[in-house]
Amino acid sequence: MKKVVKDKVEALTGIESNMTIMLGGFGLCGIPENSISHLVEMGLSGLTCISNNAGVDDFGLGLLLQGKQIKKMISSYVGENDEFERQMLSGELEVDLIPQGSLAERCRAGGAGIPAFFTPAGYGTEVAEGKEVRDYNGKPHILETALTADFAIVKAWKGDTAGNLIYKATARNFNPMMAMAGKITIAEVEELVPVGELNPNEIHTPGIFVQRIFQGEKFEQRIEQRTTRQK
Amino acid sequence: MSLDKIGIAKRIAQELCNGWYVNLGIGIPTLVANYIPQGIEVEFQSENGILGMGAFPYEGDEDADLINAGKQTITATKGAVYFDSATSFAMIRGQHVQLTVLGAMEVSQTGDIANWKIPGKMVKGMGGAMDLVASADNIIVAMMHSNNAGISKILKECSLPLTGVGCVKKVVTNLAVLDVKDGKFHLVERAPGVSIEEIITATAGDLVVPDSVPEMSI
Repeated sequence: MKKVVKDKVEALTGIESNMTIMLGGFGLCGIPENSISHLVEMGLSGLTCISNNAGVDDFGLGLLLQGKQIKKMISSYVGENDEFERQMLSGELEVDLIPQGSLAERCRAGGAGIPAFFTPAGYGTEVAEGKEVRDYNGKPHILETALTADFAIVKAWKGDTAGNLIYKATARNFNPMMAMAGKITIAEVEELVPVGELNPNEIHTPGIFVQRIFQGEKFEQRIEQRTTRQK
Repeated sequence: MSLDKIGIAKRIAQELCNGWYVNLGIGIPTLVANYIPQGIEVEFQSENGILGMGAFPYEGDEDADLINAGKQTITATKGAVYFDSATSFAMIRGQHVQLTVLGAMEVSQTGDIANWKIPGKMVKGMGGAMDLVASADNIIVAMMHSNNAGISKILKECSLPLTGVGCVKKVVTNLAVLDVKDGKFHLVERAPGVSIEEIITATAGDLVVPDSVPEMSI
């Protein structure tokens, strides 16, 4: 099966307005930046985006927000983005805020064939409104449902032509679960190698979860909070 | 004199036990890592996917792929490990992390905590806070006793949207160390030079004051 596509244009073919898209990353770390820039160029609108964060004003998903291309965001934390806050408070943007662990597990469940699960996170808060509550081990838990997407777009450090992926450091974050939960999963990698070159012991995402893979043209890898110490 | 943020962090650092895995929230909790008592070894977990979080990198060594949950560039300690977000919250929900330290806007005498939302003003999201407070056995809240307007943040009931219910066991503020049990705050220690009357005045929730309240040693 041929999974390798030549560039971001071919990779994102078939994504249409009003679809639901998952995008990996935590803050600006491990986001599929080449794909996001092309989503902007495609001029799509009405998108539902599932992503832990919403980028900053001029990078990451912030670029899609600027063009008002997103209808709904499903995230755990959306600070650091003025345009996001403006659109949310004015009601232009629908926002579903989910505890971070529940978001990760809902994506994992979506990819793993688990339709729903009980978690203690959010019990007694507004997150629990309208959700079934059950006691397990003497403690209340709320029912959370799985998330899937028409397309999942993930970013990896290395990938091979069979779609196997290796992530680097904390750029792994949501990428492995989202890779599992996409009906079509697109992997954007820094380095694409022939099949057989990656050590099978070191692969994080098995290629079975990946339908398309390409090597990104350039990675800016912007740092959101540059913190250092003196030598 | 009441404690500053560093004083609060130093006092919380005294709670650390050898071998613990610890999750530190953003703000005062992050400072706790700078004051680990001698002879104590702990590992810091950051929920974006690292166990063995180290100091900030030297200038020029920053790596965009290596950050903490506050999105700050960090380093990894010897023996550190990276993992995905689902595994990270398995560590948290599964109670493999022994201590969580986090900040709060309000805490109630039944252990409720509010720290993620001010309706109409600040709606940034809860991030990992709800998962952390719902699961951790041992939660210490690091906060100022009152807000900038002088209004107590140690309350009978929280007024802001909750992050979790009945989960806080201990609060360390600029004035005091409080235990939360049986639906009341219990005064355990007072900050150096702070009187019991001062603490009673600054506490809106029910406060149990024992006959003798030692001063913290920082």
